[in-house]
Amino acid sequence: MLDNFMPTGVEYFRVLPEIILTLVGVLIMFLEAVLPENAKTILSKVAGVGLLGALAAAFYTDPGMAFQGMLVVDNFATFFRVLVIGIGFLTVFASSEYLRREGQTGGEYYMLILFSIVGQCVMATANELIMIFIGLEISSIASYVLAGYLRDDARNNESALKYFLLGSFATAFLLYGVAWIYGASGSTNLTTIRGELVNGNVPEVMAATAAALILVGLAFKVSAAPFHGWAPDVYQGAPAPVSAFLSVGPKAAAFAVLLRVFVGGFGPMADRWAPMLWVISLATMTVGNFAAILQSNIKRMLAYSSIAHAGYVLVAVTAHSSTGSAAAMFYLAAYAFTNLGAFAVVAYFSRKGERYVKIADFEGLAERQPAMAAMMTIFLLSLIGVPLTGGFFGKFYIFKAALEVNLVWLTVLGLLNSAVAAYYYLRILVVMYMKEPGESMQDLPPAGAAMKVAVYGSALGTLVLGIFPSWVLDFATKANLR
Amino acid sequence: MALLDAVIFLPLLGFVALLFVPKDNPQASRMGALVISLLVFLVSLGLLGPYWYQYPTGLTTETNVPWISYPPIRYHVGVDGLSLWLVLLSTLLTPIAVLVSWKYIQNRVKEFYAFLILLEFGLVGVFVAYDLFLFYVFWEVSLVPMYFLIGIWGHDRRIYATVKFFLYTFAGSVLMLAAIIFLYNRTGTFDYLALRDMVQSGALTFEPRAELLLFLAFFGAFAIKVPLFPLHTWLPDAHVEAPTAGSVMLASVMLKMGTYGLVRFCLPLFPEAAHQCAGWIAALAICGIVYGALVAMVQPNMKKLVAYSSVSHLGFVVLGIFSFTQQGLDGAVYQMLNHGVSTGALFMLVGYLYERRHSLEIAAYGGVATPAPNLAAVFLIVTLASIGLPMLNNFVGEYLVLQGASQAHFSWAVAAATGVILSACYMLWLYQRTFFGRASEAVSHHMHDLTPREWAAILPLLVLMVWMGSFSQTFMPSISVQNAAILEQSKVRTAGQAAGLRRVGNLPERRFATGAQLAKLPHTEVAGAR
Repeated sequence: MLDNFMPTGVEYFRVLPEIILTLVGVLIMFLEAVLPENAKTILSKVAGVGLLGALAAAFYTDPGMAFQGMLVVDNFATFFRVLVIGIGFLTVFASSEYLRREGQTGGEYYMLILFSIVGQCVMATANELIMIFIGLEISSIASYVLAGYLRDDARNNESALKYFLLGSFATAFLLYGVAWIYGASGSTNLTTIRGELVNGNVPEVMAATAAALILVGLAFKVSAAPFHGWAPDVYQGAPAPVSAFLSVGPKAAAFAVLLRVFVGGFGPMADRWAPMLWVISLATMTVGNFAAILQSNIKRMLAYSSIAHAGYVLVAVTAHSSTGSAAAMFYLAAYAFTNLGAFAVVAYFSRKGERYVKIADFEGLAERQPAMAAMMTIFLLSLIGVPLTGGFFGKFYIFKAALEVNLVWLTVLGLLNSAVAAYYYLRILVVMYMKEPGESMQDLPPAGAAMKVAVYGSALGTLVLGIFPSWVLDFATKANLR
Repeated sequence: MALLDAVIFLPLLGFVALLFVPKDNPQASRMGALVISLLVFLVSLGLLGPYWYQYPTGLTTETNVPWISYPPIRYHVGVDGLSLWLVLLSTLLTPIAVLVSWKYIQNRVKEFYAFLILLEFGLVGVFVAYDLFLFYVFWEVSLVPMYFLIGIWGHDRRIYATVKFFLYTFAGSVLMLAAIIFLYNRTGTFDYLALRDMVQSGALTFEPRAELLLFLAFFGAFAIKVPLFPLHTWLPDAHVEAPTAGSVMLASVMLKMGTYGLVRFCLPLFPEAAHQCAGWIAALAICGIVYGALVAMVQPNMKKLVAYSSVSHLGFVVLGIFSFTQQGLDGAVYQMLNHGVSTGALFMLVGYLYERRHSLEIAAYGGVATPAPNLAAVFLIVTLASIGLPMLNNFVGEYLVLQGASQAHFSWAVAAATGVILSACYMLWLYQRTFFGRASEAVSHHMHDLTPREWAAILPLLVLMVWMGSFSQTFMPSISVQNAAILEQSKVRTAGQAAGLRRVGNLPERRFATGAQLAKLPHTEVAGAR
């Protein structure tokens, strides 16, 4: 009997990325304790190497189930694992300079990033509600700490506390939903749940309640309206590279879960939840965009913009077709590069103690640091959705998926929303290019090598996804959930 | 074919090259931009080859290779009699825009020329794209450099103007994107020719409401760009605030993106909806003609005057298109080119004046003809061209548009003709106030005559004005055969009558042919349809 529960070697191999990340995380913690102070700059490199190793392991993995079907390594999981590990890689590059500036050695920081990614990888591979919960908790707890990483900074503390309280509350909803569906279907395995739903063995009211509760939990994690309230405060308060990470990494993983649970597990009752998502996605886009117009702090504005972008992805989820899933996945990848890049520029620009985070502070950046301004332009154009950037193709593909299933009004309103959004992104272009350099430009140092890697790498990714989307899109299309 | 690809991608390469020119060497940027744009122009002249004493319809130059595997998006570009002249107009005006900015732009020179050359990339692409997705890409890409050109090098209210410009155009075009996606989902292709053939053969039909909405989605994007009254409000702002080169490119080429789109996409893809809306659109066009002219008349600001005259002139183009007559369409397309040449020249001359006197107010001038007789003479020629004097270019286009409009509805022609009269009023009055009278101290002090560089920039346009006005045969036949094809494709056809209607199209009452009239036709004639 016990033999059945003993995993085989190949099953361990399937979770190799997680294993590598955990081991490297522990190693970093150990090195932090033993290394002399001046040698600690190596920690970021260790984290980078660990992430590269995990990336390779995620790429060359052997598809299949692991641990009694609790984890499933399919194309879908591989896509998201590669995505979140890649996000972690760029985040590490965007962080090292920032941490040095703030007087931090950063051992714990990299360890937390790695652990958070482990959680996200588990979320991407989980085929089981309990595993999803565990992954979510691993990811979230690390993220809570990251948000308050500079513990002497009041804003960091506020951010972490808010994130923690609201996040736990949302996780409780999720867990309650899991309990309902377990009670109703007798299983927490998504494949089994799907089967039970198809066979009509589950009382519909109970299944709907479970779906609603899980949706609340996940809507919080992807910062969908009306559960988006935490995002602006958290992103504004957290260190800029952490905001970059939070706005793309945990969010991508949460969308992976959303797709896996709703399009996969609860797929048979899509006609019940799709209308709900219709409303949520429209509300999310609209709230995000209109609130972003009013912001004067660039981190807060990017936070609202990330809410709006979650709304676009939800449009693809609402379509609950294979095109829709592929569109959501592509968009998340494009958005990851774009938003990481934008936040990285903010991290570079803000200087010690994040003094310069107002939009108006960017005045004249194009004259002082034309390369950085040009990169920021690429990110902003991608966020607007101008062709030849990943953001455009992602949006195009999302609305294509929506129109395929006749979501005409959602498409029209979504596209008009993106025209509204253009306004606040253009405002940053205006201050960067069309204003004279102000006081905030006086002590702006050129970007360091690591920051350049993060920013240029993100810009390159944004453009490549816009000009040659097939590479990623084919991958996403193969990851069929049905 | 490689020639066309060179015309498209040379500007892009030039853009990248200009980014690597050192920032502290503005002269290198200027020369670089001039060399690149002249080179592109020379290469683009090669596109004329197939039109040498012959007038083919359809694509004479084409490249069709896959770009994105799924959804199947292809890099499908080509040139036909309609695209050809608009491409040449773009490639001609870019070096001219480089020349007029030579002295005018002293600040951040490198970026200016880089954006100008990038703009050429987008503009040329729009006119040659035969894949709807590709078309949309170029459409939006051309928006970005213009946004910066106005926003960085414009006048005082440049930021307001450029954001308004961007948002107007962007908001209009997102709905076009929805329509493009809808068409793709229905047919599985983005290829314009494939879609058009499906519509023509009846393989692709829409229910009337859907067709109307699709038509309006495309039309909205184009109408904002044209701009059609009452969507024109971004235009005076953008023109007034833009630097001279920006105004020239905007008026001469960018507005043509809208009218080109109407001819290329709206008519052949949604013929029934286009016919259905023709009356309303013509009414708006006539409103634009008269309103633009009246508002132009009372402008104290020269650039604003020219901008409103653009609204008026573009009204003629739209009226010609929606008259659904050969003459009307020929006139409309010809007028697109005319407007590009003559309004481009007007903006340049206003720019010349501004560089001397640093004011756009008409009241700041007066008596300019005394210190600068050559400038005055050139301005007079351009003014006369703009108001449609025979032997100069605008006359040909306006005449044909009015003729076409009168065939459709005589009252349209009457109403539109007032615009011609009004244009004479505001332009001649502008000329009188600016150039005649006694030159004030300030004017005679600042106003030197045309420099060789300024001559070099304006002369090609002057030659074209006379050429296009006197020898329209050089240009017209290739346009005309293409228009005949488009007109053929934009006939209302209902199932089963398609073949018959093609034949009826040659009769005077073509627009009103109904099933009953068809039945009366001799049978042989119907069978004679191709």
